[in-house]
Amino acid sequence: MKLTLRIWRQASPEAKGKMQSYTLDDVEPDMSFLEMLDVLNEKLVLDGKDPVSFDHDCREGICGSCGMVINGNAHGPQQYTTTCQLHMRHFNDGDTIDIEPWRARAFPVVKDLVVDRSAFDEIIKSGGYISVNTGSAPEAHAIPVDKVSADDAFDAATCIGCGACVAACPNGSSMLFTAAKVTHLGLLPQGQPERQTRAINMLAKQDELDFGGCTNVGACHEVCPKGIPLASIAQLNHDVLGATLAGARSD
Amino acid sequence: MVITPQRNIVSRTWGTSVGKKSVIAVTGAIFLIYVIAHMLGNLKVFFGIQAFDAYAQHLREIGEAIVGYEGVLWILRVVLLTSLVLHMWAAFSLWYKAKKARPVGYQHRQRWEGSYAARTMRWGGVIIFLFIVWHILDLTTGTVNPLPGESSAYMKLVASFDRWYVSLFYILAVVALGFHIRHGLWSAIQTFGANSALKQNALKTLAFVVAAVITIGFAIVPLAVMTGLVR
Repeated sequence: MKLTLRIWRQASPEAKGKMQSYTLDDVEPDMSFLEMLDVLNEKLVLDGKDPVSFDHDCREGICGSCGMVINGNAHGPQQYTTTCQLHMRHFNDGDTIDIEPWRARAFPVVKDLVVDRSAFDEIIKSGGYISVNTGSAPEAHAIPVDKVSADDAFDAATCIGCGACVAACPNGSSMLFTAAKVTHLGLLPQGQPERQTRAINMLAKQDELDFGGCTNVGACHEVCPKGIPLASIAQLNHDVLGATLAGARSD
Repeated sequence: MVITPQRNIVSRTWGTSVGKKSVIAVTGAIFLIYVIAHMLGNLKVFFGIQAFDAYAQHLREIGEAIVGYEGVLWILRVVLLTSLVLHMWAAFSLWYKAKKARPVGYQHRQRWEGSYAARTMRWGGVIIFLFIVWHILDLTTGTVNPLPGESSAYMKLVASFDRWYVSLFYILAVVALGFHIRHGLWSAIQTFGANSALKQNALKTLAFVVAAVITIGFAIVPLAVMTGLVR
């Protein structure tokens, strides 16, 4: 396959970036999208040029490191798929592919396609945990969980924190991410003690970090590689409003 | 020990994006109920001039013994105006927050931008607001109505819609209102936390049906005047 790539190049957080064109003549349809970028980078290194920086780790679709906006789609054209699991057979010979980093004030560009997603860590620190006694693990069946809650919590727990929801949201909101964490922990018995403060604190942190507000557009769910349901956001709203009415306060 | 002052429920609600959304949802629900009642009132135009004018007069006399002539109307106006200020204030504040959240845009247009209704909430809302200003000047105060102020409500309605550009603006505005309700009703249900993965399609369908009924219910009045059905 012969491809033209237009890639966002930006040398440093302060530098002014621009789209730059590259051509590749020898792309195999069985390559993953990241392998295709590896081929480009080998070529750039041989030519003595600066390779394109992008984040990646497991390349198995579970770490949440890789992520780029491909032709206006976070993680590319295939639904429920991370960039590393996307294969070049979904593109045609002669295609031009635009590749850009996630765009959000809370995710500043570090270099090229790499963005700093530590804002997500801040949201997790503000409430994405449960308090348990450490030490020997308790008997797994000691706390009963009904099947519906277990399934819904598990669906939300599949979130890998990649940030595609923020990248696709017209408001630049991290609502689906925060909602996934609140749903995942709030539906399980172990998450009950902090349920109210968790919802309030995580939302307050998200607002503080310059993410936008949710307007229920649904773009986040469409691009989410794990298909986190839009209804998780209703769960977050439910917990936030319930906690607000109950007089819970953020600390 | 650090003592955090307990903020009251108003500042706690207003201070968060979800709090502002719920203000938009509650005030939106007030508008929705009002708009449905308004639409049912408008449809009396098909029962003739006596029925319509008697209804207009009745609105001024409801509860007269308690709140005086036009008392209920004035209470409604105050509630609606307060709701409008809160609705727009919260919406503009979230609009500003969204603009701030993405200082550098994308080169390639985003593929998933949501439904047309979702994308036009903000500018559609602005169009509806401008329409309301015109609508009040036309049919409440009578400032831009061709007939003098003391004329019958029915005759003022007919005289207004006899101008094709007024009817056209009215129909465009109620279509914009339909789109606004189509996304707004479903979005309000989601904001109140009442959505679930199983109910989502049914709720979106409900919002669509309510929006379609309201749009048609309003638009047939100017259409009836333009086609000569209502004279």
